[in-house]
Amino acid sequence: MQTGRSCTIGVLALQGDYAAHEGALRDSGSEVILVRAPQELRDVNGLVIPGGESTALLKLLSRANMFEAIKRFCIVKPVFGTCAGCILLAKNVLPARQESLAVLDIDVQRNAYGRQTDSRVAVGEYVGSEIPLEMVLIRAPMIVRTGPDVEILARYLGVPTLVRQRDLLAATFHPELSTDRRIHRFFYTMVCQSIQRSSSCSA
Amino acid sequence: MVSGATDGLGGAPLRLKTGLAEMLKGGVIMDVISAEQAKIAEEAGAVAVMALERVPAQIRAEGGVARMASPRKIKEIMAAVSIPVMAKCRIGHFAEAQVLEALGVDFIDESEVLTPADEVNHVDKHAFTTPFVCGARNLGEALRRIAEGAAMIRTKGEAGTGDVVHAVRHIRQIVREIRALTVLRDDELQGAAKELGAAYELVRLVSKTGCLPVPNFSAGGIATPADAALVRQLGAEAVFVGSGIFMRDSQNFAELGEAKARAEAIVQAVTHYDDPKILAETSEACPGAIRGLAASGLEEGELLQTRGW
Repeated sequence: MQTGRSCTIGVLALQGDYAAHEGALRDSGSEVILVRAPQELRDVNGLVIPGGESTALLKLLSRANMFEAIKRFCIVKPVFGTCAGCILLAKNVLPARQESLAVLDIDVQRNAYGRQTDSRVAVGEYVGSEIPLEMVLIRAPMIVRTGPDVEILARYLGVPTLVRQRDLLAATFHPELSTDRRIHRFFYTMVCQSIQRSSSCSA
Repeated sequence: MVSGATDGLGGAPLRLKTGLAEMLKGGVIMDVISAEQAKIAEEAGAVAVMALERVPAQIRAEGGVARMASPRKIKEIMAAVSIPVMAKCRIGHFAEAQVLEALGVDFIDESEVLTPADEVNHVDKHAFTTPFVCGARNLGEALRRIAEGAAMIRTKGEAGTGDVVHAVRHIRQIVREIRALTVLRDDELQGAAKELGAAYELVRLVSKTGCLPVPNFSAGGIATPADAALVRQLGAEAVFVGSGIFMRDSQNFAELGEAKARAEAIVQAVTHYDDPKILAETSEACPGAIRGLAASGLEEGELLQTRGW
């Protein structure tokens, strides 16, 4: 049950840097719970799928009976995926045709920048802001196609690195590893707005 | 705790190095000696593989000088999987580390499992773009390696035994020493640094944050899902499993089907380490474990953990 107007965001905590997201969300004013089972999704207004290894996350999701549950959650509530989380949300994953939730109309290429020695702390464009955005790219994927309903919110070297499709947000970089909290605050606002919409519908 | 994300230790390079370690948290890193094993590990849900010529149990049984794996083998394994590939260099052998970096491995383990190349000096890990993981038995050793540039610490345990007792001793030791630092007054930290043999600034940082400035993983003798859950509950943020996945005993490999089931069970246990019901199911699904070697029966000279300082 939701209590009052509080906003609770779940962080999928099967594997990856979920603790970093937990800290970033708390900094942004959100209540946070770590989610490891499908029933825990009932208690949250939004969900973060963290960075990690997408192949391992896929395996753990299906073994915890969470693959379908998260897919359904994506239809009704805001979800934010970073790096591996972005890969899981994407409609198509290249080059290996890896399985995904396929809810966000983008194609991503895994490890598109190369191996760890090609990882970088980049500075890119945050659309609508004069202050550039730090982007920590670690064995990062690249968004190689965006569908017509997908809005591009940030770019690095001309390539989209942060995209939004209605209540779905995805980044190929790791805002949770920077001290700039603009992206987590943005997602927190998305979740708050979603709560307001659903409460005005039911009223 | 968010270790590594804002550690104040350095600029972008260290953040990128610990950043990859952050991504491996809650996962299992598996030793493999072939592309075939690497694929099984990836399919089972490993977050990374360690490319080796021989696993620690074989090294222990066969003896001889244990060196970096051959570049051909490492490249074969890198080509087989999409997850990060780690490889080991000998303690202090910075030329082996240079080779591994040139090959493009994602993490270098400066490891006591291989025969040390330098009795005094460890590799200057700041000089590399590739992140390093190093073993430690106590907090002082962990902080010395971090001062040298390690982006991840793993407890040493006693590799190749399948006996978890030393991994438990080392994780308990490190966690206890961290806890002890957090209650010291500022004017007691210099004395603590002297006692630990570690840099004052790092000691002060640990005392303030209550955790290491880099991720803290566990290794050395983990053989079952329950072993993995044990070290996780004691504070390890991820787990290395060496000989425990693919070996039946120190000389013979387990059947691949069996190894796969073990790998899947240990992955599951590391994620759901604090849920005994899932651990029970996972333990039931796990077919056997490496026969192992009781670490208490080893002579001092047979220990790998005393290599490095």
